[in-house]
Amino acid sequence: MLRTFKKGGIHPEENKLTAGKKIRVLPVPEMVHLPVIQHLGMPARPLVKKGDKVKTGQLIAEADGFVSANVHSPVSGTVSKVDLMMDAGGYRKMTISIQTEGDEWMEEIDRTPQHKPDINLQPEEILKKIAAAGIVGMGGATFPTHVKLTIPRGRKAESVIINGVECEPFLTSDHALMLEKGPEIFTGIKILMKVLGVNQAFVGIEANKPDAIKLFRDLAMRHIGISVVPLRVKYPQGGEKQLIKAVTGREVPSGKLPIDVGTVVVNVGTTYAIYEAVQKNKPLIERVVTVTGKQLPNAGNFLVRIGTPIEKLIEAAGGLPQNTGKVLYGGPMMGKALPSTDIPAGKGCSGILVMPLEESRRREMKVCIRCAKCVQACPMGLEPYLLMAMSERRYFDRMENERVMDCIECGSCSYICPSDRPLLDYIRLGKSEVNKIIRSRK
Amino acid sequence: MNQKLIVSPSPHISGDYSIRKLMMHVVIALIPAFLVSVWFFGYAAVLVTAISVASCVLFEYIIQRFVMKVKPTVDDGSAVVTGVLLAFNVPANLPVWIIILGALVAIGIAKMSFGGLGNNPFNPALVARVFLLISFPVQMTTWPLPKGFETSYADAVTGATPLGILKEGIRNGSSVTELMHASAMPDYQQLFIGNMGGSLGEIAAGALLLGFIYLLWKRVITWHIPVTIILTVAAFTTILWLVNPSRYADPLFHLLTGGLLLGAIYMATDYVTSPMSIPGMIIYAIGIGIVTVVIRVWGAYPEGVSFAILFMNAFVPLINRYIKPGRFGEEVRHA
Repeated sequence: MLRTFKKGGIHPEENKLTAGKKIRVLPVPEMVHLPVIQHLGMPARPLVKKGDKVKTGQLIAEADGFVSANVHSPVSGTVSKVDLMMDAGGYRKMTISIQTEGDEWMEEIDRTPQHKPDINLQPEEILKKIAAAGIVGMGGATFPTHVKLTIPRGRKAESVIINGVECEPFLTSDHALMLEKGPEIFTGIKILMKVLGVNQAFVGIEANKPDAIKLFRDLAMRHIGISVVPLRVKYPQGGEKQLIKAVTGREVPSGKLPIDVGTVVVNVGTTYAIYEAVQKNKPLIERVVTVTGKQLPNAGNFLVRIGTPIEKLIEAAGGLPQNTGKVLYGGPMMGKALPSTDIPAGKGCSGILVMPLEESRRREMKVCIRCAKCVQACPMGLEPYLLMAMSERRYFDRMENERVMDCIECGSCSYICPSDRPLLDYIRLGKSEVNKIIRSRK
Repeated sequence: MNQKLIVSPSPHISGDYSIRKLMMHVVIALIPAFLVSVWFFGYAAVLVTAISVASCVLFEYIIQRFVMKVKPTVDDGSAVVTGVLLAFNVPANLPVWIIILGALVAIGIAKMSFGGLGNNPFNPALVARVFLLISFPVQMTTWPLPKGFETSYADAVTGATPLGILKEGIRNGSSVTELMHASAMPDYQQLFIGNMGGSLGEIAAGALLLGFIYLLWKRVITWHIPVTIILTVAAFTTILWLVNPSRYADPLFHLLTGGLLLGAIYMATDYVTSPMSIPGMIIYAIGIGIVTVVIRVWGAYPEGVSFAILFMNAFVPLINRYIKPGRFGEEVRHA
């Protein structure tokens, strides 16, 4: 019996169309756009202005405070604009636009393909390098990694869990990276173990990636303390709390963090970025993005410079089909629908999914038949039908007692509902209102 | 390249459940039991079912269209399920006009007057059945004995249900052991295949279990309610039987008779009128099991499942309010 988390969960059609496809390098785009906030926390402070020349890998916006992240130029060229521009969330954010000229990298970056397995730095130095490289959670949450790795006083990490689950349908970027950069990811895991002072690491991989499981198991034989945990395919297993439950059997209490059960979860893509930052001095300026969709003729996994307009990614995958209805930034369960393809791919962009018109429209909502499928699907043990009813009636104080803030917005409830009710829309509304209530109390 | 793109919040895909599909699965699950009843009761079973389904659908359409003045939603299949379940809960020789009256009670009173699908507190088919049982006790307890196609609808031979034989016999001073060997009493094998007097759909234990497997396979319902009811009835009747086997029937007899399986699998699991959380479902099911046995053993009626389910339906809002699903993150304080 494979391990998995216990409560709830669903199994949407996997549609991993690009599984097993080699990572292709996308040509350097003519223009990149870097929002100064591609992470959770405070926006970074721009260090460049219009007309400035920058090199590939140069710091162009500096973290403002601890919970913030540096931004580096992914190309060499001239800053053409520092202005507001719409990002994937649909809001206008301060964005640095750079016109590409050649591809001249900062000298300190080691661009050789050789794997460097020896870790010479001390934990504090490693942490500094990770912060300097502007690394954030690349599974989509974009929480600054150096913050996550700074263990609060009085707590102790016992293990680190590497998230190779990739439970979102369609996405294969982590899978591709695991197949091509296995040894480097293992060095990344070693670095994480050293920073956190733990001697135990688990790599959680769902059973629909048997090649990655096999490769990682072979690699794990050569490393002490790292074990691979194959997991039964179930969404949302890539959720931090669900993954910890699946791997260790422990449940992170409501309102608490993984460190409260002695663990830290890091995505495989992030782990690779950590390897590059620490061993190769390379800041986070590239990432693997799955560009996919049932009608894209040339769907695949691409190594993309951060800030590349989504349009260029879709062109590389064969161009936008005539009957496109939605372009998603991320997977179909938690991704954001983009209003335009001019928006740049940020640090948290794991995939671009192009959906045909006939699959893009929402179905008409019917009455709740109280089938309880949403309750059974909720991985947090909540009652989505009840939360929606309360949200509709604006009973926000009662929603707080019903633990609405535990909701991880995985969308399992809306997915499973036979009456096509937009449960998560109403729960999100409730969460933001409850958040206001909580803040007003302080 | 300036296509208009649709923007909506996640998730962007949805599963392939729909109300109509779920209802269709329930109807499919009931087909084996229907075929058994046609085998034993002949055309009468077909006639009762057809009239019941047609009148349920028609009443729902008329009420939505002309009384509530909304777009009729009879295509969701919920009225069809109510119709089939109502038919399964009445004798095969019930006069047509009584069936139509039952359909009116089920749809008109029990379902639409509360606001239609999703809002009714009590199981519509059971409300109708109990209404008919109280209003027309003679017609509702005149059970045709299984004869198959040779017997025409009009002149069926009637007799008692196994639970009826038991209740009547005990009242007249016979012991359970004697009654079990009485000539009118079918043996266990007969009970399992459904060769006994009773309502259309309650006789065929085997066929009902087959449908249960189908519903579990298609994930229409979970096992919690049916299995808990069955186990509760089994446990309760086992205790009684061990205490005094000459006064109380054995558990297997209770499980195979009197619509226990029909009720446990198809009526108690009605989405609208059963609890939302798994712990709630278990409490509700234990209640149904206990009330069923209490009515069967000490009550005036030989049969108690219908009353037990309606009784527990009344507790569902209370159960939903106070019995919550296990929340994530509550089990680990000791870690």
